[in-house]
Amino acid sequence: MAVIAHDPSTPTQTHGEVTRDVLATITSKPTKGYYYLLGTMAILTLLLLGSVTLLMKEGLGLAGYAPPIMWSVYITTFVFWVGIGHAGTLISAILFLFRSPWRTAVYRATEAMTVFAVMTAALFPIIHIGRQWIFYWLLPYPNARYLWPNFKSPLLWDVFAISTYLTVSSTFLMVGLVPDIAAVRDHVSGWRKKLYSALSLGWTGADSQWRHYSRAYLYLAALATPLVLSVHSVVSWDFAVSIVPGWHGTIFAPYFVAGAIYSGIGMVLTLMIPLRKVLKVEHMITDYHFDNLSKLTLFTGSILLYAYAMEYFVAWYSGSTFEQTTFWRRAFGPNWWAGWTMIICNAFVSQLLWFKKIRVNLTSLFVISIFINLGMWFERYVIVVSSLANDYVPYAWGQINPTWADWCILLGSFGWFGLWFTLFYKNFPIVAIQEIKEMIPMPRRKSSHGGAH
Amino acid sequence: MSASVPGVLAHFAHVDAAADAIRELKATGHKDLTVYCAAHNHELEEAIGDPVSPVRLWTLFAGLTGCAAGFSLAVWMSSDWPLLVGGKPITAIPSFVVIGFELTILFGSLATVLAVIVLSAMKSLKGRPYHPKFSDDHIGVFVPCRADQAAAVEQLLTGHGSVEVTRDA
Repeated sequence: MAVIAHDPSTPTQTHGEVTRDVLATITSKPTKGYYYLLGTMAILTLLLLGSVTLLMKEGLGLAGYAPPIMWSVYITTFVFWVGIGHAGTLISAILFLFRSPWRTAVYRATEAMTVFAVMTAALFPIIHIGRQWIFYWLLPYPNARYLWPNFKSPLLWDVFAISTYLTVSSTFLMVGLVPDIAAVRDHVSGWRKKLYSALSLGWTGADSQWRHYSRAYLYLAALATPLVLSVHSVVSWDFAVSIVPGWHGTIFAPYFVAGAIYSGIGMVLTLMIPLRKVLKVEHMITDYHFDNLSKLTLFTGSILLYAYAMEYFVAWYSGSTFEQTTFWRRAFGPNWWAGWTMIICNAFVSQLLWFKKIRVNLTSLFVISIFINLGMWFERYVIVVSSLANDYVPYAWGQINPTWADWCILLGSFGWFGLWFTLFYKNFPIVAIQEIKEMIPMPRRKSSHGGAH
Repeated sequence: MSASVPGVLAHFAHVDAAADAIRELKATGHKDLTVYCAAHNHELEEAIGDPVSPVRLWTLFAGLTGCAAGFSLAVWMSSDWPLLVGGKPITAIPSFVVIGFELTILFGSLATVLAVIVLSAMKSLKGRPYHPKFSDDHIGVFVPCRADQAAAVEQLLTGHGSVEVTRDA
């Protein structure tokens, strides 16, 4: 990859230093803090498992499901976690195709985040369906009832979209990891050597391997790019294809995709800001990377600002009483607090990123990222719950109060996600060794290419 | 690692030196070289001069198969139990676009990974020497040759600036 000499994203280390620095993140002895973090995540995961077990025993009444609101916190959290994943694929695949060199230092962490976020998201439709033990009825398989799923339903499209997304993003992550795992394999001993030897699939970096690998990586990126745009579009059609006020809008697909990327970058910031300090890779993941991530946040946050404004405008301009009422009640109805949390955290807080001082101040960026996570969860809560709460007939309007089962499962989902991510960053290269090396001009004997050492 | 393929293994610290050595080795009739590098490098790729990988054909055909499979699956299953839903035709192609699209991507991606594994395995590296420095900061060039050619190969590699040359019997 051609690198402009003054490009601040170009690492200043040598190839050997890159190997050493990234290896140190894996081979250094875990601190007490790491074990506390791992323990906390494991406890939260147990909370998730315990709550889901109880929910399976008692039924969805435990989650407060009651007509007219039969989609609530679980669907909200499903959309939230799927959305988180999108930033990872944007950074790893789309920016790869755009030849954006700054992605290199952060893409591995975001890609891992994608896989674990989709693994978390995939739990929620299963938790939500009530009879979780027959979740496989969602799949088209030959069954005793001679029935097939309804291919005209967006819910089935979603089954295909999410399972494809999970498969492709996991594949993309693992393919990218192979050369790096081989590098780790060559410099460790004991059980790690055995583990990484098996996982490196015999990789040696031979020309016959790079020849196929480099093309394959390009095609995987090219396939993942339309996939990531399709997945959240399909998720948005779970709502938009229904004739429910507040859901039935053509703006939904682009609005959801922008929101997904916005929320994903929020999570990337939440994870990367402390992580780079813990792993001592501040020289690899610098202010320059956070500045770029912030600009992406600002861009997608501005799309959200436009989308929110447009939703209100279209509701007013449509002349439909039902649409107008739904949007009026979002701002001034019983759930006004959720509506305003969403607007303030997403549309307005992101506008602070116009200022460079804020973009490169990691403390303020971290605080903003928390607001983004909060705002994006509430966005989905507002869309899911407030629309179902105010259907066409005021007599049938209703309210829902999330129960302890909702909150425990939501909290537990962060533990499940965090457990995987915590295990990953300490056992696998969190910074892509081979791609960083690809960006560093290799030492030359002759100085004709300007990269002499 | 002990080698069963006889030849000479050279380490290079400079990419242009390695590329020059590869070009001269090819010019002097040495074939079947193995070049190790920690990262994909275009200069080495050009020096080696292999044709473009056929991975793209696997991706293309698997993608098309996935697309056909997705539409066929939805059309067949909808016709197998014809049930009118939402007043739409039994075979409602626009509804099936998502299924066709997702399976295009799924089949294409899986075939791409399979292609890397199969195509890489087609050139066996068994018995060829390897050194851990090749995943760090050295470029490795292994030249399979007979014992009587080894001295000349060693001289060529050293002349091009190889930092370490070992002979594998």
